[in-house]
Amino acid sequence: MKISKEEVGHVAHLARLNFSEEEKETYTSQLNEILMYMDILNKIDTSDVAPMTHAISLTNALRDDVKRKSLGTDRALANAPEEAGDFFKVPRVID
Amino acid sequence: MDYEPVIGLEVHAQLLTDTKIFCGCSTKFGEEPNSNTCPICIGLPGVLPVLNRKVVEYAMRMAMATHCRINERNTFARKNYFYPDLPKGYQISQYDHPLAEMGYVDVEINGGKKRIGITRIHMEEDAGKLIHDEEQPLSYVDLNRAGVPLIEIVSEPDMRSPEEGAAYLRRLHEILVYLEICDGNMEEGSFRCDANVSLRPKGREKFGTRAELKNMNSFRNVQRALEYEIVRQRGVLEKGGVVVQETRLWDDYQGITHSMRGKEEAHDYRYFPDPDLVDLSISKAWIEEIATTIPELPMEKRKRFVGEYGIPPYDAGVLTTSRALADFYEKVAELCGNPKIASNWVMGDFLAYLNENKLEVSESPVKPEALADMINLIDNGTISGKIAKEVFEAMWKSGKHPQDIIEKKGLKQMADAGELEKVVDDVLTANPKQIKQYKAGKEQLFGYFVGQTMKATEGKANPQIVNDILKKKLSE
Repeated sequence: MKISKEEVGHVAHLARLNFSEEEKETYTSQLNEILMYMDILNKIDTSDVAPMTHAISLTNALRDDVKRKSLGTDRALANAPEEAGDFFKVPRVID
Repeated sequence: MDYEPVIGLEVHAQLLTDTKIFCGCSTKFGEEPNSNTCPICIGLPGVLPVLNRKVVEYAMRMAMATHCRINERNTFARKNYFYPDLPKGYQISQYDHPLAEMGYVDVEINGGKKRIGITRIHMEEDAGKLIHDEEQPLSYVDLNRAGVPLIEIVSEPDMRSPEEGAAYLRRLHEILVYLEICDGNMEEGSFRCDANVSLRPKGREKFGTRAELKNMNSFRNVQRALEYEIVRQRGVLEKGGVVVQETRLWDDYQGITHSMRGKEEAHDYRYFPDPDLVDLSISKAWIEEIATTIPELPMEKRKRFVGEYGIPPYDAGVLTTSRALADFYEKVAELCGNPKIASNWVMGDFLAYLNENKLEVSESPVKPEALADMINLIDNGTISGKIAKEVFEAMWKSGKHPQDIIEKKGLKQMADAGELEKVVDDVLTANPKQIKQYKAGKEQLFGYFVGQTMKATEGKANPQIVNDILKKKLSE
């Protein structure tokens, strides 16, 4: 076992996903299969390969500090589930 | 038992770019809520953030000014957590390949010098702003600040008192402002500080459990919060209790910190490389290019002012509080050739008028050239130091050259001995009673005669010559 049902539950909670017990079982076994496959990949000797973060070798994609037109308040709020005046309205998280 | 505080500080500084870190929206403070937003900074699906070059260059300036090693390889990572000020559900930050590491700044503490280590400096985006409803369980979200560029500066746990913490903060603040990469406004949140503080028995190496303090929006409050927290933790330990690792909020009104509940698990950020942002590679040539943009820093400037101009360290401190003021002073000092008098005028009347009118140095109606000319006119005896105050006021109000004001108002100093003798004679003739008293031994009346003469000349008489004439006449 690479990952326990409890760990799956913890990660699901952090991602705000609500899983039933059966779902947790299913995902635990699926994730374990994936992680076991990683073991096979780990057998490859990569000692002289530098770790990479992207599949492409491009670096330094930069832009100049030049303003572009913004959406403006009305368009920014157009798809908001709830709004109040110029603001997005949300349930309070911390009291 | 004797306890020793161990303090480390995390500073977030907003960078003075025109646009946000990953999109072209304006960073301007105080605009209509949610007006400076676009699909990138409000986190709509399918958009592509692109890094602002100026953010990297400003961050590099701070790294160099604090003697950090700049890493060639930089990557961006997603820091995942859910909070309504963060529309994407993650903050783009740097994690295992930050911009810079292993620096330091020197601070002055009780006349001595102490070196505070800097662990790392990295770039990240700011979050939006929440306003909580006072009656209902609701919050209102303004995303104008989401995506504004920040650098986070993390210190080593090198500070041992709230005073050292405040000194370190002031030092970072003045460097950022001198580099012209941050406006340093703590009230508007351009410069923010979180503090980690723990206690350990004196002499022990191992650190105690720390609390993280947030919500201090001034230097004074950082110091007060640290002071409060040290007393609180000592109280806990002395009663045989244990300090809990937690985040505590500073309450300015009550002057205490209190625990912020229910955020413990939020520290599981699951960082991973942001697939939308390619690596950043910083070449030696780029570093060398940015090095040429680093100005003389305040501490070095202070030292130079004391050595070069012979002014007291206190004066040098006042004159270097901003780069603009220091430049103004240096220009005046060089043009008039009298750095000490220049320092008195810049620190005195000039700063007083600036503050009174809430103006920046660059907005002053009195330019360095004009102030230097005025000082020369005092030096060569054209006007007295007292009249100069009047001249300065007129210069401030009209923006005119001192020479013109002196001529127009007839403020030129009377230094002609013959002319002054006549005035003194008149004063003495008008005060026979006082002369009698003076000659009978009431010597403090000498000042009275000087005053009367100055009054008769509307303050224009050269006081030294008046003194000489009076001494001569009264001893006759």
